[in-house]
Amino acid sequence: MSLIAITEVKKRFGSNEVLKGISIDVQPGEVIAIIGKSGSGKSTLLRCINGLETIDDGSISVAGAQLLPDEIHLKALRLKVGMIFQQFNLFPHLTAGRNVMLSQMVVKKTPKDEAEAVARKMLDRVGLSQKFDAYPEELSGGQQQRVAIARALAMSPMALLCDEITSALDPELVAEVLAVVRELAAEGMTLLMVTHEMKFARDVCSRVVFMHQGRVHEIGRPEDVFAAPKTVELRQFLGLH
Amino acid sequence: MVEFTLWDILRNLLLATRWTILLSLVSFVGGGLVGLLLLFARIGKRRFARMLAVGYIELFQGTPLLMQLFLAFFGLGLVGIDVPAWLAAGTALILWTAAFLAEIWRGCVESIARGQWEASASLGMGRLQQMRYVILPQALKIAIPPTVGFSVQVVKGTALTSIIGFVELSKAGSVVTNATFLPFTVYGLVALIYFALCWPLSKSSQILERKLNVAHRDH
Repeated sequence: MSLIAITEVKKRFGSNEVLKGISIDVQPGEVIAIIGKSGSGKSTLLRCINGLETIDDGSISVAGAQLLPDEIHLKALRLKVGMIFQQFNLFPHLTAGRNVMLSQMVVKKTPKDEAEAVARKMLDRVGLSQKFDAYPEELSGGQQQRVAIARALAMSPMALLCDEITSALDPELVAEVLAVVRELAAEGMTLLMVTHEMKFARDVCSRVVFMHQGRVHEIGRPEDVFAAPKTVELRQFLGLH
Repeated sequence: MVEFTLWDILRNLLLATRWTILLSLVSFVGGGLVGLLLLFARIGKRRFARMLAVGYIELFQGTPLLMQLFLAFFGLGLVGIDVPAWLAAGTALILWTAAFLAEIWRGCVESIARGQWEASASLGMGRLQQMRYVILPQALKIAIPPTVGFSVQVVKGTALTSIIGFVELSKAGSVVTNATFLPFTVYGLVALIYFALCWPLSKSSQILERKLNVAHRDH
């Protein structure tokens, strides 16, 4: 059974239909790269999956939790799927450790010592065990993004949504974040990532989704999608002629 | 005719200043609490509560404080409830302060980046949890300078309550003038006392602004 089931999802912003019937099934442990031009709807799709955007038609479920617009269903869904953002979105008034502890304590009611132990473990996992007491402003972009990953992992989600997580980083910081993601993939975490890192997509992902004008234009294994694109649009997008 | 020394005048004014200070404090604290409720209604998800809050804020911001004082004092009197001046003054000032503080604070909450709401939501927090642990702690820091700045308006606003007969600093000024026939001296002193109350507040608002801005620039 698929872990994430996206069925005929449609989304409009006013009169502009940005998702025109998207269906994707994601199996547990799959790593999926979503590529496409800006405006093709890839970020919107990702944001629909954990309910940051409402959908107008179709359905989304993650491990049996349906996407419904009320707070109880949203919470159940969001406990199963974490999200990492382009702009990190760490809480600036809390230390790295506190950032990772907060939602455990507030949402899961985990006792403080236990939350702290988990936070230390997760920060260690992303290679930042010494930064527990550092505030976000004291960290580099790459480090902030790794804290954000640790924060999402601390909720033990079944899948992670990564929304262009290296796009706001200086080039030399991209590798450290991708290394963490690569490790997560190797450990069997289910990942859906909107990315511009084609090499990474080719090396790590099990499937690649090419979106174009609100539709899934091509989908397949990276070796097929990248080596033998079937459509003109994908060929153009990849810079092949 | 009785001679009044400067000290006589000043002493009486200072005694009345206690009431100005007390009324300011009550208005500010009470207004802060009501303002907080208004803020939650104003930025909440419930349409009805939001509209109610908007209506309230617009009504109180769009009418003179003096009219609000009159309505609180004479309005209830019309329906047979005898309202003492201090109660009318306190109530009107609390409601007036609340409208302004709610609006100041709304600006602060809305200045927090949308990503903070999204990140906390995606971690499973409910709206109240987001407010309490993520948004308000950050908004509070931004809110301190304008809030302290507004407290100056509250202090000066209390002067209007003299018109419904509440004996605070301004009212004491007219009473003392009537007894001494020294309006320039008396009102000069009244102004000085208001200045002594308000200036430290504006100054501390400026200092806080500078301090918190410096902290902000480091982000």
